[in-house]
Amino acid sequence: MFSILQTIWLTFLHLFHKAETVQYPEEKPYLAPRYRGRIVLTRDSDMNERCVACNLCAAACPVDCISLQATEDESGRRYAEFFRINFSRCIFCGFCEEACPTYAIQLIPDTEMGEYDRQNLVYEKEHLLISGQGKYHNYNFYKQAGVDMGVKGKGEGEMEEKPIDVKSLMP
Amino acid sequence: MNHILIIVGVLVLALTIAAGLIWVERRLLSLWQDRLGPNRVGPLGLGQVLADMIKLFFKEDWIPPFADKPVFVLAPGILVLTILLTFAIIPFGPHFYVFNSNIGILFFLGNSSLGVYSIVLGGWASNNKYSMIGAMRASAQMLTYEVFMGLSLMGVVMMADSFNLNTIVEAQKGGWFIIPQFIGFVVFFIAGVAETHRLPFDIPEAEGELVAGYHSEYSGMKFGMFFVGEYLGITLISALIATLFFGGWLGPSFLPPFVWLMIKTFFFIGIFILLRASLPRPRYDQLMTFGWKVLLPLALLNLLITGAILIFLK
Amino acid sequence: MTMVKIQIDGKQYEVKQGKNLLEAGLTLGIDIPHFCYHPAMGSVGACRLCAVKKFRDADDKQGRIVMSCLEPVTEGMIIETRDDTSKDFRASVVEGLMTNHPHDCPVCDEGGECHLQDMTVMTGHNYRHFDFKKRTHNNQYLGPFIAHEMNRCIQCYRCVRFYRDYAGGKDLNVFSSHNHVYFGRHEEGTLESEFSGNLVEVCPTGVFTDKTFHKHFTRKWDLSNAPSVCTGCSVGCNIIVSERYGSLRRVMNRYNGAVNGYFICDRGRFGYEFVNDEKRIRTIKIRHKKNDNQEEAENETLISLLKTELSKDKRIIGIGSPRASIESNFALSTLVGKENFYHGISKKEHLLTDTILNFMKQSSIRTPSLKQMEKADAVLVLGEDLVNTAPMVALALRQSTRNKSFETAEKNGIPSWNDAPLRELAQDEKSPLFVITSFKDSLDEIAENSIRESYDGIANLGFAMAGLLDTKAPSPSNLNKEHQNLAEKIATILKNAKNPLIVSGVHSGDERMVQAALNMAKALSSVNKNCMLSMVLPESNSMGLAMMPGKSLDDLASLEEIDTLVVLENDLYRRASEKSVNALFEKSKKVIVLDHLINKTTQRADLLLPAATFVEAEGTLVSHEGRAQRFYKALPDKEPVMESWRWIGEMIQAKEQKQEATWKRFDDLVASLTHELPVFDGLEKHMPDADFRMLNEKVPRQTLRYSGRTSMNAKVAVSETRITLDEDSPLTFSMEGQSEMPPSSLTPFYWTPGWNSVQALYGYLDEPNGSMKGGDPGIRLIEPAENDNTEYFKEMSSTSENHERELQIVPVYQIFGSEELSTKSPALAKRIKDPFIYLNPEDAKAVGVDDDELVHLEIDDNKLEIKVKIENSLPKGVVGMAKNFPEMPFVMLPGYGRFKKINS
Repeated sequence: MFSILQTIWLTFLHLFHKAETVQYPEEKPYLAPRYRGRIVLTRDSDMNERCVACNLCAAACPVDCISLQATEDESGRRYAEFFRINFSRCIFCGFCEEACPTYAIQLIPDTEMGEYDRQNLVYEKEHLLISGQGKYHNYNFYKQAGVDMGVKGKGEGEMEEKPIDVKSLMP
Repeated sequence: MNHILIIVGVLVLALTIAAGLIWVERRLLSLWQDRLGPNRVGPLGLGQVLADMIKLFFKEDWIPPFADKPVFVLAPGILVLTILLTFAIIPFGPHFYVFNSNIGILFFLGNSSLGVYSIVLGGWASNNKYSMIGAMRASAQMLTYEVFMGLSLMGVVMMADSFNLNTIVEAQKGGWFIIPQFIGFVVFFIAGVAETHRLPFDIPEAEGELVAGYHSEYSGMKFGMFFVGEYLGITLISALIATLFFGGWLGPSFLPPFVWLMIKTFFFIGIFILLRASLPRPRYDQLMTFGWKVLLPLALLNLLITGAILIFLK
Repeated sequence: MTMVKIQIDGKQYEVKQGKNLLEAGLTLGIDIPHFCYHPAMGSVGACRLCAVKKFRDADDKQGRIVMSCLEPVTEGMIIETRDDTSKDFRASVVEGLMTNHPHDCPVCDEGGECHLQDMTVMTGHNYRHFDFKKRTHNNQYLGPFIAHEMNRCIQCYRCVRFYRDYAGGKDLNVFSSHNHVYFGRHEEGTLESEFSGNLVEVCPTGVFTDKTFHKHFTRKWDLSNAPSVCTGCSVGCNIIVSERYGSLRRVMNRYNGAVNGYFICDRGRFGYEFVNDEKRIRTIKIRHKKNDNQEEAENETLISLLKTELSKDKRIIGIGSPRASIESNFALSTLVGKENFYHGISKKEHLLTDTILNFMKQSSIRTPSLKQMEKADAVLVLGEDLVNTAPMVALALRQSTRNKSFETAEKNGIPSWNDAPLRELAQDEKSPLFVITSFKDSLDEIAENSIRESYDGIANLGFAMAGLLDTKAPSPSNLNKEHQNLAEKIATILKNAKNPLIVSGVHSGDERMVQAALNMAKALSSVNKNCMLSMVLPESNSMGLAMMPGKSLDDLASLEEIDTLVVLENDLYRRASEKSVNALFEKSKKVIVLDHLINKTTQRADLLLPAATFVEAEGTLVSHEGRAQRFYKALPDKEPVMESWRWIGEMIQAKEQKQEATWKRFDDLVASLTHELPVFDGLEKHMPDADFRMLNEKVPRQTLRYSGRTSMNAKVAVSETRITLDEDSPLTFSMEGQSEMPPSSLTPFYWTPGWNSVQALYGYLDEPNGSMKGGDPGIRLIEPAENDNTEYFKEMSSTSENHERELQIVPVYQIFGSEELSTKSPALAKRIKDPFIYLNPEDAKAVGVDDDELVHLEIDDNKLEIKVKIENSLPKGVVGMAKNFPEMPFVMLPGYGRFKKINS
């Protein structure tokens, strides 16, 4: 009984507290660099698309709002033929960023993406790609991966030995 | 002519207050939650009331195909009608009332009982299981709390020796009934909250469990009627508390009696909103237990003691 | 089968005696990690991953680590799979394998269905302690089918064990030693084996991946799958066809214990791309007047035209097809009436398939499944080039030759799964296989005798053997001594074998040869009740079509005039001479053609209707064994493309001026089929109908992990469209539904917890290498008769004497090139040779041509210029000619022709 009255009283006292409200369009709130806002696709230090179209972001997406198709260029470098995010479905959970093995997909502190036409919330690759590396610099998946997909030759990657000459008789 | 003006005046007053409460409640709630609340539309956000009204008026008036149409339409009307009718007996000043009834309190109790129909019929006509559960809860809750709502007022009636609200106000010239009838006030206040099914007693429309309870299927102006009905109910109960326990329009003469009543009414409206801001909703069975096992004995005890003291004093 | 009691992880189990512990564990659903063990190839104990702990008895607390794949189950065995020592051991094995595994799963086509990924998770290895550099390997170009990435290799040896030991390939091997071990060819080049595609499924990592799939790569979890049946040949291998974004992405093997088991051939796996061909017929085309061009038309125009062209007073002729389902053929037969239904195959093929069907129905000889063929211990192949006409039969026969080594091994106490010692012991010991054909055959190398003869010679040998086995059978008199001895040898071996098998077929096109094979089978069955006979047919539904009443294409020649001719999924120019087909079209006032791809026949159509391919329709095919198997849609309908049976349903509706559809859904059609033709009884009973539900839900085509649902169509419309409803089958184009263990014939993909790779299949089988749970899919429509009612064929006189100055030309089928639809697939097209003729060196000398030179050939009315290949194996006087190649005119083979050298 007393606690009920105390609750009421304490609530009443909040009348004299300062409001936390930030007057949004005039006053911008602070968004941390790791804030999970709009999704972008980044490029590596050579300004090539980082996305290797591995489909892991799409698989991780709980609302299934990412779809893409893999293809490859003349040198065999795999990239996304199309990459589509339906932001009208996106819940900005950041799972895609966590799933991304190449730092390609990143969430940035931008939330202002309101549209009058829902169709405009469907972002294709040209809308998503930025000309920068985003949060993680100097990472190039193809230089790490042990495959030759036109970026580096066999054995030229980090932590790789020269390819083996199978016909050699040396041990 | 004068009489008609008063009728129209009371009607406009009640509806304006009810509409204005939309804004008042939201602002107050946000202040208690360290927010600002609606402050964008018009000065201080007062235009919000207008905007909400326009929205309600122009929303699609949708009647679900599975609903019982006539009853569905009728239900919100009953609510607003019964509450507005009750405003007739409230004395806003020494000679400022619509209807000087010598059974004023009975009229109020009767009308508030009729209000149950609106809820039950609304829930029933919606043909929706959540609405139905809401309606069932509402009827049980309102019937329960009506019992000692009436009983709690009997102390006041005995002391004023009348059911006439004017007489009751006059009888408080020597001192407000809140002092001798404190228990009656507490019981009446709690019952009033339950009767208007306001938080924390909004079990019939508990949105966490029942979507929106008995008015889940309502939209547009029909929902608006339930909405306005709720605020009218708050205003009515607040005005009655002020009239019955706090001397009604009585007050020092530097302000007109009508203003005194308004001040007292708004104070209690504020308390209603404060309750909403601070208290969680009890469980349905807790509500019923509290009613039957605490409030009813308390009201009866109050009646007994008041009666005994009055007889003793005579 | 005797059972033994063993204890695993404290629980008692009963398992079959003679199995190894790994098999037993997988049968019981206990996840024991492994790499090198494959159910079809046995255990070698190379990878050391399947380590478990074995205890001597209940008092033994120490135990010792053993390899479960090499440990036979014994009574009272006590095994622990989850104790720390064996767990650490397995994790360290994977860690060791991972030291050199590249960091490339995101771009690896195996990712998501990788046995190595599964095993790494299963063993719990997750942190790399090895700080040194990774060894790398160069890759090889392995042809249009298979991509090679040697860095990913974990040295399990499964590839060479499959490619060399199981499928008999020569050009894939293992090179170098220690951690330099390299699996590849001695030099870059196309993998020659017809079964190379299975490396994709056999390899536990991404060393060998599907190149055609890579071009439109999709993760396994994103594919929408359907159970299907291969249309490449008459064997009817079960396949899984997979769709994404509206196109067919790949074909994988679907396990059927009785038919293809774990493997399919390259024609089936890589011949699917014609479905995505840009030149697919996707619109209704109408030619309003003769000699006009075909123009695109709306459905309404078509319907009104159909109403006039199919009106009841008109003479309508229907030509069916052995590559269309029995349902589509039956629909056509319903439209035109039985008397106007023609099979759409040449008179000779019609006669031969009919002869075989009648024999199968009336004889008491069993037509074996592929599985039973593998169990045969003496095999005779009569005149069929199996690896090119029914590749999986050739693979099964290859396994059958191992039966003798299993016997020897058993005598020495080596179980059949213990592959390495078994092969060491067996060396070249093989069950007898006799190959009697006209030219070289891939089975020669494992055959006890390979005999090269002309068709007459082959037939004579067959008749002679029949005569030796049963004196009632007619026998030729003019057999030479050498052949007589050979016939006696083969006859004796077959007679004394436990499960002798005779394989022949109609690809020779020679009536005598077929009769000889049937006579032989009948004669053999009179002395050996276990004998089996398998007759290979030309196309995927040749058997189903033969079971339906209808006449041959040549019978149409006698008709004076045809009002409307309806051709169902059939390029007639591949079935009869150009002249006769042209004549047929000229006497037909209107020609309606239903087909998938543009060909010469569709160009003659006045009304061309876009028909769904086997991945866009449902239907039933009957394999040469007589097994009816249903295939289901993987691709949802794309207007106006429709299933042939639905088009024909609309035609019937137009013809009879009805309001309601002829068959509302597929099951209605099947019901009227079994009602009209009782031979197909059982189809509706034994295959789940469209109302079949598992726990009130349909079977989803998509995996639970299916991604992109709210985005894949968002470019067109941001609000999600409703899924395409499938009224015709219990499958749904969705990830929602009951995906756990559907009936075997409805299994669209394999997945069990912890197993994302193809090895998830263990969960769907009774036991590794066994049957699907609940029985293998498909039903056999023809069972051996109780009493043999067949008669011996009277030996016909040979016809060769009449062609003294000419050479006999026999057909040479090729796995890549001789099947119509698969040749339209770009990857497979790269493997098609130019049309050729095989010439014996002596005959070549007589004509005066050398290898790779062009020669002028006159046969029937055809004059061809064709490249010569000198082929030593051909008997003198016999010429082999590539059959049914794209762009080649139809030639009736075997036939007789004249050759002339072209002077350049």
